Amino acid sequence: MSSSSKARRPAGLFRNLSAKIASIPMVLTALVVFVGGTAWTVVYSFTSSKLLPKANFVGLDQYERLWSTRRWLISIENLAVYGFFSMIFTLLIGFTLAALLDRKIRGEDVFRTIFLYPFALSFVVTGLAWQWILNPDLGVQNVVRSMGWESFTFNPLNDPDIVIYGILIAGLWQGTGLIMCIMLAGLRGIDQEIWKAARVDGIGTVKTYVRIVIPMMRPVFITALVLIASGIIKIYDLVVAQTNGGPGIASEVPAKYVINYMFRAQNLGQGFAASTMMLLSVVIILIPWAYLEFGGKKRG
Amino acid sequence: MKTFSKLLGSVALLGASVAHAGELEVTHWWTSGGEAAAVSEFAKAFDATGNTWVDGAIAGSGGTARPIIISRILGGDPMGATQLNHGRQAEELIEAGLMTDLTELAEAEGWTDLVNPPALLDACTYEGRIYCVPVNIHSWQWIWLSHDAFAQIDTPVPSNWNEFAAAAPKLEEAGIVPLAMGQQGWQQNGAFGVMTIAIAGLETWRKVVVDKDADAARGPEYAAVFEAAVDARTFAADSNVQDWNLATNMVITGKAGAQIMGDWAQGEFQMAGQVAGEDYTCLPGLGVNEILDTGGDAFYFPVIDDEETKKAQMALASTLISPEVQVAFNLKKGSLPVRGDVDLTAANDCMQKGLDILKAGGIMPSGDMNLTADTQTQIEDLMAEFWTSDMSAADAQERYADIIASAD
Repeated sequence: MSSSSKARRPAGLFRNLSAKIASIPMVLTALVVFVGGTAWTVVYSFTSSKLLPKANFVGLDQYERLWSTRRWLISIENLAVYGFFSMIFTLLIGFTLAALLDRKIRGEDVFRTIFLYPFALSFVVTGLAWQWILNPDLGVQNVVRSMGWESFTFNPLNDPDIVIYGILIAGLWQGTGLIMCIMLAGLRGIDQEIWKAARVDGIGTVKTYVRIVIPMMRPVFITALVLIASGIIKIYDLVVAQTNGGPGIASEVPAKYVINYMFRAQNLGQGFAASTMMLLSVVIILIPWAYLEFGGKKRG
Repeated sequence: MKTFSKLLGSVALLGASVAHAGELEVTHWWTSGGEAAAVSEFAKAFDATGNTWVDGAIAGSGGTARPIIISRILGGDPMGATQLNHGRQAEELIEAGLMTDLTELAEAEGWTDLVNPPALLDACTYEGRIYCVPVNIHSWQWIWLSHDAFAQIDTPVPSNWNEFAAAAPKLEEAGIVPLAMGQQGWQQNGAFGVMTIAIAGLETWRKVVVDKDADAARGPEYAAVFEAAVDARTFAADSNVQDWNLATNMVITGKAGAQIMGDWAQGEFQMAGQVAGEDYTCLPGLGVNEILDTGGDAFYFPVIDDEETKKAQMALASTLISPEVQVAFNLKKGSLPVRGDVDLTAANDCMQKGLDILKAGGIMPSGDMNLTADTQTQIEDLMAEFWTSDMSAADAQERYADIIASAD
């Protein structure tokens, strides 16, 4: 009897004991690998470490150098351009495709497979494929010219001013399919009664989507946003495969700067400083938003 | 339990048999046609000693391969031996005790007397101990000219940079790219380095690169170099290739007039069956200032705690520097041997030119030996931007001087 009364009022720590024991490995991994690794990186970004980490602290020197390096500034600018357009167009195209598929069209499965297929490819394959498609001698430009439009010029990958848009096209091609699927799932979650009610009230289809359905899909949009944002911050392999940062340094991105300075330039301190800046930018955007979104209420 | 321990035993046996005697994984980044032919000479010679060469070629240039190699050594998965450019790249790995000390072998075989120029072995030496085997001498200071291209415009093949610059507009009119240039930072940086020696001269170069004198980098000699680089950029504007060997191929096929590239380009001409002096001409130091740097490739041997592997490592080290292998390898590679005492009558016109310059003492230390990878990367970034934008000579010079000022 006494044991059952104990079970009824368990001490906070021992509630769901087996579940807590089971999650210990993951908690440790998170603490040691993620939090510990991050803290270590931040600490060593204040040192003059070269090939091997050494603890001779130099204050903010690495950061000063970082922010006066042209390549880093170009990287940041590229990330901003890529991020801004990628966010808008992925959501826009993803939602539009999903809404079109949701209109109970014939062959939905076929279209869904086609749109989602690029997502199954690695970024390296995507990058190489688009490198060829955008190559003036093999790809789009050549095809249009051979159709008779001799003066047509479309050569984004060799033009420093617009090369980042060439990468954006490849990124969108790969990324929109997944967002479309998530959006489609969200649309399918909308109760059919709402559509009926809207139709009874005489509200047009587009207006129903914009005014009623989209506000109801808020959680879906947030999932999509997080997925897109994390994809933007970590963009690396696509650039390496498609342009390798070129022409010159016109399509460099921050992650590439980090890798290059850590391993090729054998300057860990500089690489760590750059990766800390990347972390900082994520934190600045993410924390206030996460607080607004999840803070206060549980399971909203 | 019994089956488990049996299993463990067999796993251990398996592990032992994988690392059996004399098998060495050798990583390198020699993957173009001429280079692959040369490296197979090493493999043949090493296999002949009863050991096995396991080829670990890493595609891409040194910039791609080096991080992979270094992270494997640091990550506790060292290969048996690896190519690196000697100089400051491996400095910290040696400091951390990750590289095998070759001093005993070197003393037994008398490397200090054999290796010419001695600077090569100095670059392998760290605090009096020897850690690498130099295998060849590579110099950047060459321009390769296509006879075919100049025949098309009825102009004699230039004998120096100024004549070439004068002929460039004519080449362009004939639809030939005057200067082939792969769009990669290290190639642009290398070409710039060559122009520095040719135009600013050795003394100014020494002040800037060895003494890190930023004022010299801001001076008029370097201004002339940057002006010439702006010209070269215009000549190379239509060169849309990436890899160096593709750029060399443009010269071989007469689509381009010239290429500034190190002597490894020679292997490509040879593979294409071209003859020096008949199909192509090479000019050391752009025909202006006949000085060669003595950079090159060297092999390092990461520390592996296994007697058999160590023996195999020593056998490889000794094979690499033996006279027969030196000749066979360097003839294929187009580079110069590190020993002064080998017979190179089979060498062609270009290699003979190089050997003569070496004998006459027209040598300088290579950039790798004086600048850290960090500084080199910064300069490469600047060059990559300079060659693909319309940055003015003055801006580029100012930023170059800033990098030199902060170099360590």
